[in-house]
Amino acid sequence: MSTAAQSRATLETARAPNLTELGVFSAMWNEHCSYKSSRIHLKKFPTKGPRVLQGPGENAGVVDLGGGLAVAFKMESHNHPSFIEPYQGAATGVGGILRDVFTMGARPIALLDSLRFGAVDHDRTPWLAGGVVSGIAGYGNCIGVPTVGGETYFHPCYNENILVNVMCAGTLRADAIFRGTASGLGNPVIYVGAATGRDGIHGASMASAGFDEKALEKRPTVQVGDPFREKLLLEACLELMKKGAVIGIQDMGAAGLTSSSAEMAGRAGTGLILRLDAVPRREEEMTPYELMLSESQERMLLVAQRGREGEVREIFARWDLPMAVVGEVTGDGRLRVESEGGIVADLPVRALTDDAPLYERPLRPERGLPSADPIGTLPEEKDLGPSLLALAAHPNQGLKKPIWRQYDHMVRTNTLTPPGGDAALLRLKGTAKALALTTDGNARYCMLDPYAGGMLAVAEAARNLSCTGALPLAMTNCLNFGNPERPAVMAQFAAAIEGMAEACRALNVPVVSGNVSFYNETQGVDIYPTPVVGMVGLLEEAGRRAGHGLQREGDLLFLLHPAREAPLPPGGAHEYVWVRCGQEGGQPPAISLVAEAAVQALCREGILGGFIRSAHDLSEGGLGMALAESCLASPASRLGARVRLPEGSGRADGRLFGESASRILVSVPPASEGRLREAAERAGVGLAAIGAAAGSALRVDAPDGFPLLDVELSALQAAWCGALDEVFGT
Amino acid sequence: MRFAVIVFPGSNCDHDCYHAIKHVVGAGVHFVWHKERSLAGADVAVVPGGFSYGDYLRAGAIARFSPVMEAVRRHSAQGRPVLGICNGFQILTEAGLLPGALRRNASLRFICDDVWLRCESSRTPFTQGIEPGQVLKMPIAHGEGNFFCEPEALAELEANGQIVFRYCDPGGQTTRAANLNGSTAHIAGVCNREGNVLGLMPHPERASERDMGSEDGLRLFQSALAVAAS
Repeated sequence: MSTAAQSRATLETARAPNLTELGVFSAMWNEHCSYKSSRIHLKKFPTKGPRVLQGPGENAGVVDLGGGLAVAFKMESHNHPSFIEPYQGAATGVGGILRDVFTMGARPIALLDSLRFGAVDHDRTPWLAGGVVSGIAGYGNCIGVPTVGGETYFHPCYNENILVNVMCAGTLRADAIFRGTASGLGNPVIYVGAATGRDGIHGASMASAGFDEKALEKRPTVQVGDPFREKLLLEACLELMKKGAVIGIQDMGAAGLTSSSAEMAGRAGTGLILRLDAVPRREEEMTPYELMLSESQERMLLVAQRGREGEVREIFARWDLPMAVVGEVTGDGRLRVESEGGIVADLPVRALTDDAPLYERPLRPERGLPSADPIGTLPEEKDLGPSLLALAAHPNQGLKKPIWRQYDHMVRTNTLTPPGGDAALLRLKGTAKALALTTDGNARYCMLDPYAGGMLAVAEAARNLSCTGALPLAMTNCLNFGNPERPAVMAQFAAAIEGMAEACRALNVPVVSGNVSFYNETQGVDIYPTPVVGMVGLLEEAGRRAGHGLQREGDLLFLLHPAREAPLPPGGAHEYVWVRCGQEGGQPPAISLVAEAAVQALCREGILGGFIRSAHDLSEGGLGMALAESCLASPASRLGARVRLPEGSGRADGRLFGESASRILVSVPPASEGRLREAAERAGVGLAAIGAAAGSALRVDAPDGFPLLDVELSALQAAWCGALDEVFGT
Repeated sequence: MRFAVIVFPGSNCDHDCYHAIKHVVGAGVHFVWHKERSLAGADVAVVPGGFSYGDYLRAGAIARFSPVMEAVRRHSAQGRPVLGICNGFQILTEAGLLPGALRRNASLRFICDDVWLRCESSRTPFTQGIEPGQVLKMPIAHGEGNFFCEPEALAELEANGQIVFRYCDPGGQTTRAANLNGSTAHIAGVCNREGNVLGLMPHPERASERDMGSEDGLRLFQSALAVAAS
């Protein structure tokens, strides 16, 4: 704790705070819990909308799906613990985000991840990636929530600071949302779940500091997850909520008993007495300091209606889980902690929550990468086939099946679209609807220009949902950045948020929950700014959906693009250049949000109207990779394509692999061409006819007919399927 | 005609089985909590997949001591149908109701993927409607599905016709590549000597609707229904 914070703590207590109180202040005022550096910026996000039932500030956001149904969702990071101990760090990250969702009264139905690892040839990468993936699998599979999608990217900027972000979504009745509030004077405060040990003390502080060479000595601050216990806790909590005895409930996550009690009282404007002697524990002689700051997993704090403690006890006994009344709600606005007959802490709740220190840290933008597009340093190849194969065989673009095959992505039998598509689709049993989910982020764009990068992340997430036919509804995020004490990092943070907020407004996607992870740095070197977007969309009729795979021989291929732009502008082939020569620079793709919205709307209209049979957005690797993935989507029934690039200026490789935004590759039955053309005309969206699905090879010609590449799908598939062998073994 | 789906702490395919039996097959079904001592009048017992007791110690090793297993044992001794899926298969082998053991996958990794199964025997109530040699598509999702038995026990299983499903390619050929978990003799499912208890690692309840990618699993439930009705 800094000296400034210590003197502020003395002011708040009007005396010298004791060790326990200092521990509470330190936990609540660290970056992880207080959002002290980020709060003034986060206010820029639009958070309201007709479907928003619960915005930021709760355990998770909630959005109305119609027909009395709602979805609760949130994403969270577990970056530092996962670097120190990849299996348990990732596993407990899953456990924490699941609790955030079922705390709202929702049954978790899906998990997604967004992972960033160091360079594939970095000596720790295989160990970290292998551990993180098995940790996510170990927890999610055991608890029976399918992991249905996500993204994984390798880059040396994460060599010493990987990112592990996990998103969870759950369904609930729109009129039965539970919140983390401690209201009703005299109501009992009840502790349920696993007993408290000494694990994870100072976990939140660890997450709020940079790494140095001693990082691995912090292994004891990582907790150990018990997904079986959490499964029992989940079932018991949902059963209890149905009975209606619960006033408020909150997960004991970072800073455990301290943050859950203070935040619940803070939201309700009440106070709390906690009696530590009643707290279930699994180690002897724990001090009040340790009990208040332990981050033992699989614990919840709830406030029940007075007189209904018996019902709580009965349900938890049936699930063989500890339950104890550990305090009550008071009206004095103070968090008072009793132990062995004495008061060991007595603090104003507001000082710990709403009135926690707020920083307006200095900003100073710095350009992190050269502004010249490095494609100019590459010789132009006549045959682009080898480049496509190299891209497909790169771990960033290759098939991620070695990852998602370790995740049970089918349990609960709702998964309509398995991992690997633009977005995951889950049917909602008992309705005709389906939920679409995606996670997206591109750190390179943010490093080149954080404002544009923020916009592009939101636009791509929405585009991915639109490619299934789903209407984007709302989003959550994980904002992974470097050290906020460096003005260049704060400038990235502020600009990325402004860009994201701008895209949220233009695309009608409010932000309903989120998470900030600062101090992603090692030995003074920050990661690239990596805001990750998790977005939820709704498909009213699950039967009218599209995947990205080509379906029928002879279907026509079109590129939907902004009407005022060339179908394929030159430049911006970032991933292609990176794979070929390891250079980065230039500008992120230009984007007009109005055109983006129009392209997406046309895609959804076409899918719902039945005249678009498949849709896939252009992202890393541009049209070249989009075509490859569409050809190989269903390896058992792959289908080739014959394509001619539309007219335009610039080098062919830059155009074929260029990452222009707002572009969607669609396949259309020949008889529906007229309908697509009419709809595009009406919507003011550009439409370029580029070829047809045909044969067992991918063949692309220049506008003048000169052959650019002709690759057998069997060879393409072999490259694509083996891309992760280096990391995960065969 | 009623199915009972047994629920252990940590079962997580219980609802999927219930859904497939009730809403797709259209048969009667109820849950039975593991602390119960009777199957409440069910004709068919289903021990579903999941991670009973977290699969701590060893998959199925703790669940076999649950009170409800006495009822399953009685049900089996009366010659009535019992189906163990995935973790349910593991529990039935731990309980001694089925032969063999399920070890960690040869890759030491959890695998969730579609597989093809060749039906080897129509003698169980769940395969009476399926011709030997027919190929079914179903998913697996397990970390410990590597069926193992000693060579003498394998010979006995062969001789008694207790091998019910083998992993194969879509054309019905057993190959090393099609055997994702490394099982002895490509075994995916076995029955007891009497033929009324079947255990298999793949999930028929997940392959019961076209939207889920296959309807082949439905045939196991329908077959049991037809047997009970006859």
